[in-house]
Amino acid sequence: MGRFLVRRLLGMVAVLFAVSVLAFLIFNVIPSSDPAQRMAGRNATPQLVAAITAEWGFDDAPPQQYLTMMGNILSGDVVSYANRENVDDRIVEGIPATFSLCAGAAVLWLAFGILFGYLSAVRAGGWLDKTLTVVAVTGISIPVFWLAALLLNYLAYQTGLFPSGGYIGLTEEPLEWAYHLLLPWVTLAVLQIGFYSRVLRSNMLDAMDEDYVRTARAKGLSERRVMTRHVLRNSLVPIVTLFGLDIGVLLGGAILIEAIFNLNGIGQYAFESLKGLDLPPIMAIVLFGAFFVVLFNALADVAYAFLDPRVKLESGAR
Amino acid sequence: MSKPLLHVDDLRVGFATEEGWVQAVDGVSLELAAGEVLAIVGESGSGKSVTAQTIMGLIRSRNASIEGSVRFRDRELIGGGEAALQRTRGAEIAMVFQDPMTSLNPVYRVGSQIVEAIRAHGSEVSTGEARRRAAELLDSVGIPDAGRRVGDYPHELSGGMRQRAMIAMALALEPDVLIADEPTTALDVTIQAQILRLLERLNRERGLATILITHDLGVVADVADRVLVMYAGKVVEEGTLEQIFYDPQHPYTWGLLGSLTRIDRPRPRRLPQIPGAPPSLLDLPGGCSFRPRCPHEFDRCPRLPGLEGRLAEAPDHLDRCWLAPEEKRECRQVEGRIGLQEQA
Amino acid sequence: MDEGSQPSAAGTAQGGAGPWSVALRRLRRNRLALASLALFGLIVLLSLVAPLWAVHVAHTGPNTTHTLAKVVVNGEKREVVDPTGKPTGPLWLGAGGRFLLGADGSLGRDEMVRLMYGGRASLFIGLIAALLTTSMGAVLGLLAGYFRGWPDTLISRTLDVIWAFPVLLLAIALGLVLAVGGLQIGPVTIPSGSIWIPIMVISVVFVTYTARPLRGEVLSLREKEFVEAAVAQGAGSVRVMFRELLPNLWSTIIVFFTINVANSMLLESALSFLGVGVQPPDASWGTMIASGSNLIKSAPLLTILPGAMILLTVLSLNVLGDALRDALDPRSKLRLEVHAGLAEPEGTPV
Repeated sequence: MGRFLVRRLLGMVAVLFAVSVLAFLIFNVIPSSDPAQRMAGRNATPQLVAAITAEWGFDDAPPQQYLTMMGNILSGDVVSYANRENVDDRIVEGIPATFSLCAGAAVLWLAFGILFGYLSAVRAGGWLDKTLTVVAVTGISIPVFWLAALLLNYLAYQTGLFPSGGYIGLTEEPLEWAYHLLLPWVTLAVLQIGFYSRVLRSNMLDAMDEDYVRTARAKGLSERRVMTRHVLRNSLVPIVTLFGLDIGVLLGGAILIEAIFNLNGIGQYAFESLKGLDLPPIMAIVLFGAFFVVLFNALADVAYAFLDPRVKLESGAR
Repeated sequence: MSKPLLHVDDLRVGFATEEGWVQAVDGVSLELAAGEVLAIVGESGSGKSVTAQTIMGLIRSRNASIEGSVRFRDRELIGGGEAALQRTRGAEIAMVFQDPMTSLNPVYRVGSQIVEAIRAHGSEVSTGEARRRAAELLDSVGIPDAGRRVGDYPHELSGGMRQRAMIAMALALEPDVLIADEPTTALDVTIQAQILRLLERLNRERGLATILITHDLGVVADVADRVLVMYAGKVVEEGTLEQIFYDPQHPYTWGLLGSLTRIDRPRPRRLPQIPGAPPSLLDLPGGCSFRPRCPHEFDRCPRLPGLEGRLAEAPDHLDRCWLAPEEKRECRQVEGRIGLQEQA
Repeated sequence: MDEGSQPSAAGTAQGGAGPWSVALRRLRRNRLALASLALFGLIVLLSLVAPLWAVHVAHTGPNTTHTLAKVVVNGEKREVVDPTGKPTGPLWLGAGGRFLLGADGSLGRDEMVRLMYGGRASLFIGLIAALLTTSMGAVLGLLAGYFRGWPDTLISRTLDVIWAFPVLLLAIALGLVLAVGGLQIGPVTIPSGSIWIPIMVISVVFVTYTARPLRGEVLSLREKEFVEAAVAQGAGSVRVMFRELLPNLWSTIIVFFTINVANSMLLESALSFLGVGVQPPDASWGTMIASGSNLIKSAPLLTILPGAMILLTVLSLNVLGDALRDALDPRSKLRLEVHAGLAEPEGTPV
């Protein structure tokens, strides 16, 4: 276990390093968008631009620039090119919104995804299964931002049933917090429910053919016990790993939903920074997101080994 | 004569598959008395496994059609409802399957799976009590260090031990009948012998009526009281162990016996085998199903022979072949032993 | 049980029933799959006839503005865009097919024409990107899985890095950067407004999701005996990969392809919606949702229509992908029989 952890940690660091280099490279390919120029604003004089260039080190060689920026990010000292505010602070500010969005949606999609998948599998071929499958496939085919826009328009703007965006902190007003997050949760969950219910259904149908299910029945167990303790239990294992990976990705910010619902989370910050070609926040957010992706990937592996005793923790990638 | 524990009458099981109708079990009848060991022998597709699973009510697919009667202690199991079947499974009739690696749930410890069996029928046994009993069971089937093995996962046990654990699990509720579906096929030859000895001991010590299903006649020799030979969904011969081994009446049985290698006989020049391959159940010949592979086919064979006792001295020895008993005794002699070969 | 991807022998024993014909037969019997295929075909057809519609019925191009124009509807003249900037609603056949679905905003472009041309763009991008993703994924998966060693490490680590980079961020970043400056690889220059930019961005982002599972399959396939046999016969690596391994991967590759088209179309619409995919004034269903959402209160149809088109197209692709997977899966035939305890995977007698 110890060796596994050490090797995975080293691997994680390596990947994060590579990711940061990749992000840096992507944005240093931009021709003719001189950050000093932009910072200086409209009425910039050449001296102002030169001064900014010197102050920020824009005339250093790229590797040097990279090192400086990484140093700043890791020490919490990095400042945005656009508005000179502290990037790390802003990210921390955005965390509650992003994490609330993910947590609430996750609860929803796990509950309904597993429920629908289970019902579909147990009553495979019947009308309930067909209906739920239609719902699920539709769910994974809907463009998320389109759904968000429509929900926002019809359920918020036009009917006033729900607030039209914004984020209220949990500690300030718990009810308002949930109320404002309801539509975003549903929007995010719809896609995931579709996906998870199909995966679970498929896993369960496969498990139902397994020999150990036959043995369980032969022991005289009730059908319900066979379904829950054997079929469902074994089918949930891949779901757990899938969930780990999904959450890892989402914790880096759900860009589209945050932007449309104006939640001011990390995703929205990412999008604004991208549009403004503002490199420091982009780098910091990319690292932040990649960190969670890699972390939860490792956690998912650990969970898998925990849930399936045949699997031993290995240090190589899957 | 005491009433049989298990009575199967004219069982028919068919499946509507993508490629057509498959009659997997075509009019099989059998009886199992208390304490008796009945062996069902046949190749792939003979219907032996389907028969066993139908007895337990484990054939559940919607494309299956089941007819006939399965009576356990005079209680009809077919069409009796799932609840009644559940009560019977494990408690009165238990089953062990061919591959213990896939037949045990890999994510639960062996002990908990046995405990699950013990507590399956709403018994008031406490968990602690059940665990103790599980360890006892493992010990009774010859697993060393049973107390520790109870906490092992299936993949941590060897093949032979896994099968023993399966048998222990089947015995948890002290059933009257044990059905063993190819219990040794997935195991090494040396382990096979151990498992068979275990089954024989269980039968002897507890009077556990056993149905042993196998494709290997050699496996049957030490254990069985009676033997049923199946081919393409039908029973083609039925009799006591001695009758089948010393006076086999059906060409298929001759083929099975002939292909056994025996240490106590001189080595044959060529190992006799049954020509051809098991038939596809989608495309059976009319009349006797064994016709295409039988070197002794003659003009009566296109009509399906009935399963009858044709020997005056052994009315309980049944077979499904039109040949007269004297002709049979002549045809089955191949170089001084029983086998299946072209007539010279 | 481990069956690999070899077709069940029972199928071929029936004479001429190889896995592909079995699959085809199953597909033909699947009414839902046929309906989806028809739906998808219809949508593709609509996109293909876009130029015909534009020229002969609507008499306008997808980007042509009609801010000050008027249309004759049932004898009276109607403004395409009224003085407040509100576009006309659907005229249906009132003007002979012109502005069938109305105008698309203050620029007065023909919504129907844009919808059809938008379909061309979205479908083209989706299909080509998926083609690229699937081929690259297959090649990389084969190379990594077969050779293992340093090629595997190199490929897998690179894919890991791309994979760790949050998907949408990566796509947006690449899209943005390339949209601003275009792309230059050696002698090949791709201008910044080109449709190939989103195609390349999307295909790169999705490669890892195809390459990794295929690598996994190759890893398990290469242990099988038929590979050993081929190598023992003196087959070289390339031969083994393409003559032995690849044929067994086709069913997975095909299913992945349909899923990739669906996902590529969804990603393209998201990127275009955010302004980093297809560039205005060109139409794609994603850009149309973006412009439509500005007028969502007064002209909801402009948002609903393009989104619905995406939904229908992706839906039909997903249903098809499912049906293909079921049709090509040798196990699902066995499943019918195993469920009944009739047949067990080859090698074990019943």
